[in-house]
Amino acid sequence: MNNQPRLTLHIPEPPARPGDHPDFGGMKLPKAGETMRPDVDAAEPTMRDMPFGLIRVLDDGHNAVCPWDPHLEADVLHRGLRAMMLTRAFDDRLFRAHRQGKTSFYMKSTGEEAIAVAQSLMLDRRDMCFPTYRVLGWLMARGYPLLDLVNQIFSNAGDPLRGRQLPILYSARAYGFYSISGNLGSRFGHAVGWAMASAYKGDDRIALAYVGEGTTAEGGFHEALTFASVYRAPVILCVTNNQWAISSFSGIAGADETTFAAKALAYGIPGLRVDGNDFLAVWAATQWAAERARLNLGATLIELFTYRAAGHSTADDPAKYRPADEALQWPLGDPIERLKEHLIVRGEWDEERHAALQAALEDEVRAAVRAGEAIGTLGKSKPELGSMFEDVFKEPDWRVIEQRREMGV
Amino acid sequence: MPVMNMVQALNNALDEKLGADPDVLIFGEDVGYFGGVFRVTDGLQAKHGLTRCFDTPIAEGGIIATAIGMGAYGLRPVVEIQFADYILPAFDQLVSEAARLRYRSNGEFWAPLTVRTPYGGGIFGGQTHSQSPEAIFAHVVGLKTVVPSNPYDAKGLLIAAIEDDDPVIMLEPKRIYNGPFDGHHDRPLKTWAGHPKAEVPTGLYRVPLGKAAVVREGRAVTVLAYGTMVHVALSGIDEAGVDAELLDLRSLVPLDIEAITASVRKTGRCVILHEASRFGGFGGELSALVQERCFDHLKAPIERVAGWDTPYPHAFEWDYFPGPARLVAALRRVMEY
Repeated sequence: MNNQPRLTLHIPEPPARPGDHPDFGGMKLPKAGETMRPDVDAAEPTMRDMPFGLIRVLDDGHNAVCPWDPHLEADVLHRGLRAMMLTRAFDDRLFRAHRQGKTSFYMKSTGEEAIAVAQSLMLDRRDMCFPTYRVLGWLMARGYPLLDLVNQIFSNAGDPLRGRQLPILYSARAYGFYSISGNLGSRFGHAVGWAMASAYKGDDRIALAYVGEGTTAEGGFHEALTFASVYRAPVILCVTNNQWAISSFSGIAGADETTFAAKALAYGIPGLRVDGNDFLAVWAATQWAAERARLNLGATLIELFTYRAAGHSTADDPAKYRPADEALQWPLGDPIERLKEHLIVRGEWDEERHAALQAALEDEVRAAVRAGEAIGTLGKSKPELGSMFEDVFKEPDWRVIEQRREMGV
Repeated sequence: MPVMNMVQALNNALDEKLGADPDVLIFGEDVGYFGGVFRVTDGLQAKHGLTRCFDTPIAEGGIIATAIGMGAYGLRPVVEIQFADYILPAFDQLVSEAARLRYRSNGEFWAPLTVRTPYGGGIFGGQTHSQSPEAIFAHVVGLKTVVPSNPYDAKGLLIAAIEDDDPVIMLEPKRIYNGPFDGHHDRPLKTWAGHPKAEVPTGLYRVPLGKAAVVREGRAVTVLAYGTMVHVALSGIDEAGVDAELLDLRSLVPLDIEAITASVRKTGRCVILHEASRFGGFGGELSALVQERCFDHLKAPIERVAGWDTPYPHAFEWDYFPGPARLVAALRRVMEY
């Protein structure tokens, strides 16, 4: 007999489940301004505490504080606020459209709007985003036509992807937005390859890619980080840590043991941890990483710390696995409210203008949905059937030609 | 005309494409300074530069993912997966990404990458260095799959693959890199010297994807083969003493269905030969196509000669390998039916 304890198997569990009071007490949150801002060209070994801090610009009084304050003009903030509000209004309206039977599926990015909007506005039009399905804000910030989104969601005759993709799996090359697929993390490495190609050609374009925290467990995440590190690819690799991967809390992806930004340490690249609900902090961290990339200093991993305020998708009911009011208790607040309050504190915004903008955006969305409905909701209108057989290859082979003929189209 | 083995012909194709097109670049495990474990990229880094031909981390999924991203940017990457047996970690990238990118983005993005990978047995490689995975790629819509059987075709197919705007997997029969192999493993090794298809012109030329070659004309039975098995088929046909027509498919996707149907309608018999395991193998598709399109012309059931439905066993390599004796038996069955 020995005196060693019997082995036990550890299964992580979140601090609160349905019926419990949301518990974020264990979360260490540095105050705004507390996390240092290294020089852009600082050596990686001097930045190894960054993954354990939290880059925040907006303080509790909604003022922007140094050292990460990007000192943005009010005009930029107004554009950001508008795109975030438009994203949310669109999400809410199209989620309802699903409930009304007008489409098959929808996913909202509620609570995460600051991330894609700030990064879309911050990066250059020539740069390329390798998105997840929760970064609609990228397109909203660049003025992508709402009707094209609606038509894609309805898979109707106006669908820019001709009915080939599940709703919201957009592709918009002219807007720096790479094609989404339903597989998780499989485009992270494409961003690295795209960025390597830019470097190979001697161009100045950079790439930005997203995965959720759950996807950091995929092999493709680590392969992409390895290639990005080895070849010093000009790429910004983002982990949107919204705490939930469908019903699995972030601890199932390893959050109880370390931060997601800390994954960067093993690859020898900077890892920033950023308040993802702070528009200014997201902007500042992205700008820092973009500058590094453009200076040939390589890749940066950014963990964007946020909260998925809505369900995973229209097929999900989060009340089944987490406290119903957890989103309201999220200690880092709501990104739209925070930017709004900041603009008010700066004297650049007020409640009336905010309400008027909200109403105008809802009208804009309503008009786009009506225009899409006029073309047709899911099943009521379709792209031309023959187009189903196009783009399998650049030129169709005999199988596709014969089968198209067999269908009589 | 220069005489080359298949390794030299492939190297020559890569060398000439690197020279002609600055958007072509090569990467993979050990392909850089060292020149690849089969020497296909030998000397290319020294001649064309570090960024044109370089080593990668050991991550097949990462290699293909990187190539797809580069392809989306506008480059024409040519990647090597060291053994086809090791391509499976990249399967998701090939199936879900490379093959689908053009379709799902409505033509906004595409992945013009070429994946070179040595495949097949007969080298005492055991089950992890001998497999023939062509059927699992041929099944994937959006991927092209080609298999050369000689140095001339290897160069021409590789150039055509690199210039193609769709993802192409080129399975290289490693047993015949250095010489044709008729399946008689107990006889002395042959080199490519003296073989007509070892005469490889300098300069860029293409063997079009989707065109089979008639290696031997005949009237009694059609034999369909590709890669190493083309040479095995030739010896099997000789030994059976039948007037067989031998088609080297060269390209599985796109498939030269016209050449296949024309031949079988002429001969009325068909034997399919491949090294991969039989069940669910590419021979099943070929057999179905021939049956669908040539039924009224058939005088005997279609035969498949293939590897057994076991993993590739190290000690029993030559029992697994579908050599000339198995083909001879099949040819006699269809002729005596």
